[in-house]
Amino acid sequence: MSVLVYINSENGKVAKNALEVITYGKKIGDVVVVTNGSTDNATLESLGAYGASKVLVDRAFEGADAQQVTRLVAKAAESTGATTIIFSNDLIGKAVAPRLSVRLKAGLVAGAIDTPDADGNIKVNVFSGKAFGNVKVNSEMRIIALLPNSFQPEEVGGTASVEEFNGEAGTAAVTVKATKKPEGSIPLPEAELVVSAGRGLKGPENWGIVETLAQELGAATACSRPVSDIGWRPHHEHVGQTGVAIRPNLYIAAGISGAIQHLAGVNGSKTIVVINTDEEAPFFKAADYGIVGDAFEVLPRLTEAVKKFKAAN
Amino acid sequence: MKILVCISKAPDTTSKIAFVEGNTKFDESGVQYIVNPYDEWYALVRGLELKESLGGTVTTVTVGTASDDATIRKALAIGADDAVRIDTEAKDAFQVAAEIAAYAKEQGFDLILTGKETINYNGSQVGGMIAEHLDLPFVSLATKLDVNGTTASLEKEIVGGSQEVEAQLPVVVSCSKGMAEQRIPNMRGIMAARTKPLNVVAASNPEQLTGFVSYELPAPKAAVKMIDPENMDELVALLHNEAKVI
Ligand SMILES: Cc1cc2nc3c(=O)[nH]c(=O)nc-3n(C[C@H](O)[C@H](O)[C@H](O)COP(=O)(O)OP(=O)(O)OC[C@H]3O[C@@H](n4cnc5c(N)ncnc54)[C@H](O)[C@@H]3O)c2cc1C
Ligand SMILES: Nc1ncnc2c1ncn2[C@@H]1O[C@H](COP(=O)(O)O)[C@@H](O)[C@H]1O
Repeated sequence: MSVLVYINSENGKVAKNALEVITYGKKIGDVVVVTNGSTDNATLESLGAYGASKVLVDRAFEGADAQQVTRLVAKAAESTGATTIIFSNDLIGKAVAPRLSVRLKAGLVAGAIDTPDADGNIKVNVFSGKAFGNVKVNSEMRIIALLPNSFQPEEVGGTASVEEFNGEAGTAAVTVKATKKPEGSIPLPEAELVVSAGRGLKGPENWGIVETLAQELGAATACSRPVSDIGWRPHHEHVGQTGVAIRPNLYIAAGISGAIQHLAGVNGSKTIVVINTDEEAPFFKAADYGIVGDAFEVLPRLTEAVKKFKAAN
Repeated sequence: MKILVCISKAPDTTSKIAFVEGNTKFDESGVQYIVNPYDEWYALVRGLELKESLGGTVTTVTVGTASDDATIRKALAIGADDAVRIDTEAKDAFQVAAEIAAYAKEQGFDLILTGKETINYNGSQVGGMIAEHLDLPFVSLATKLDVNGTTASLEKEIVGGSQEVEAQLPVVVSCSKGMAEQRIPNMRGIMAARTKPLNVVAASNPEQLTGFVSYELPAPKAAVKMIDPENMDELVALLHNEAKVI
């Protein structure tokens, strides 16, 4: 059975979540990747290492306009006969997969965290990570949008054949005027390690100790909602129910009480470390490791310990 | 300008999440419903701001049963002019979007706003589906929205940053944080909401492509391991050897 996997390869680079969806697709069937843009053939062939047998590339357009990508993937589905189509449930998947679902009358499973079970049901996160639901697809075709960081890329060896493909994607109705990407910083949704702080840090001038630890770890920085609401930190750092939902391998939270709405955005993290002066802080109940202490002392101490560890390893 | 805002209800964020009937149904006992925060704080309020500066109307639409009326009245109290309820129990995003698209098709809305996602099922699906049904451009996860003549100028989140984009009306937009500030309804708004039109229209009953067959709660977390604040070397060692995350 052939499955179609859409990936977006910007600036010729393939992001980790693209490898995740290829690995995921390989568990279901023979993987044909469809993509667009100017990524070179060697990079596309190397997707074979993760299980892609063929890559269809439409060189006619760059970027990820939702209408163009929808037309491209629909066309690729028609020409491959694939009945399962897979996206990463990242910002591109969230814009494209729903459109494609309507176009193809294909049931969409958004936020999948596991492969289909014996009955074909697929597990997804619901209630902001507080529960799981098992989704059944009634239609003949199905679209699965995989939650980033819920499936690790696996190398299986091999190279993929690359074919030029005309997806008849047409023109974009939404025009891009400017793109802003802060240089150097790690985008929060992709980060495997995250250092986060809340109102316990008392003011924006104190964030140096958070940033230093993040730098030392190679981590992204995040914050609680009140901290971004009062302008101590930029909005894109706000995690939680109404902010970004993340599931890094390590989430370090300093001076955050652990309100249920905050937890909703971080409880998918593999390991949680909580630093709080109040031993009654609710966050400790959700933590793997807890430190009752003053963030102003503990964070610098932790930075030193990480330095020492890195020097010794 | 004619603005349509899609409003759904969601369990209050502090609700206890439990399931009944052999884990096939969400346990609604004792659950308080609120307007889905993204719909209320961002989509509705920005819609109202645009109406206030450019003129026009703000209509809300909800796919739901009479049990949704209380949350719909809340949206009216915040300032929407009128509300439409498409009378059916919403089963999946595809059905919701098909119902809204069928209603909106002949109405000539310039802007259709949704929230970023519902906080119970977190699909982030309905907006894009409506757009495809109506063959309109869709700007997902917008953090800013302005309208100049027939052009919408927006800022949206992209992986690792943001983008400024433009599209010609009509356009479908899903609204994320940054779009507007929450508005608390005042007494006058609440009184006025009682008499504003809430039109119940019949559903077109499209097919249901997906459905939840069961739910599970996550396994309880192992007890937290407390670490001496003086001994961060121990924490680093545990993160390396036990948790294997660094
Ligand atoms: C509908 C809704 C949606 C929401 N969405 C979100 C969301 O997405 N994300 C979010 O974060 N919040 C959200 N909130 C807000 C949430 O309820 C909490 O108010 C918020 O998370 C609290 O932020 P905080 O932990 O930084 O601050 P506080 O609750 O004030 O906690 C500060 C903590 O710091 C500790 N502390 C103080 N000094 C120190 C020190 N020197 N060292 C170490 N610890 C110290 C204190 O003991 C305390 O636990 C939402 C609320 C609602 C109603
Ligand atoms: N039953 C509903 N009635 C009206 N609008 C809805 C309904 N369900 C979802 N929406 C809208 O679609 C958005 C995205 O929902 P979802 O795709 O479920 O995450 C929500 O923020 C609402 O604006």
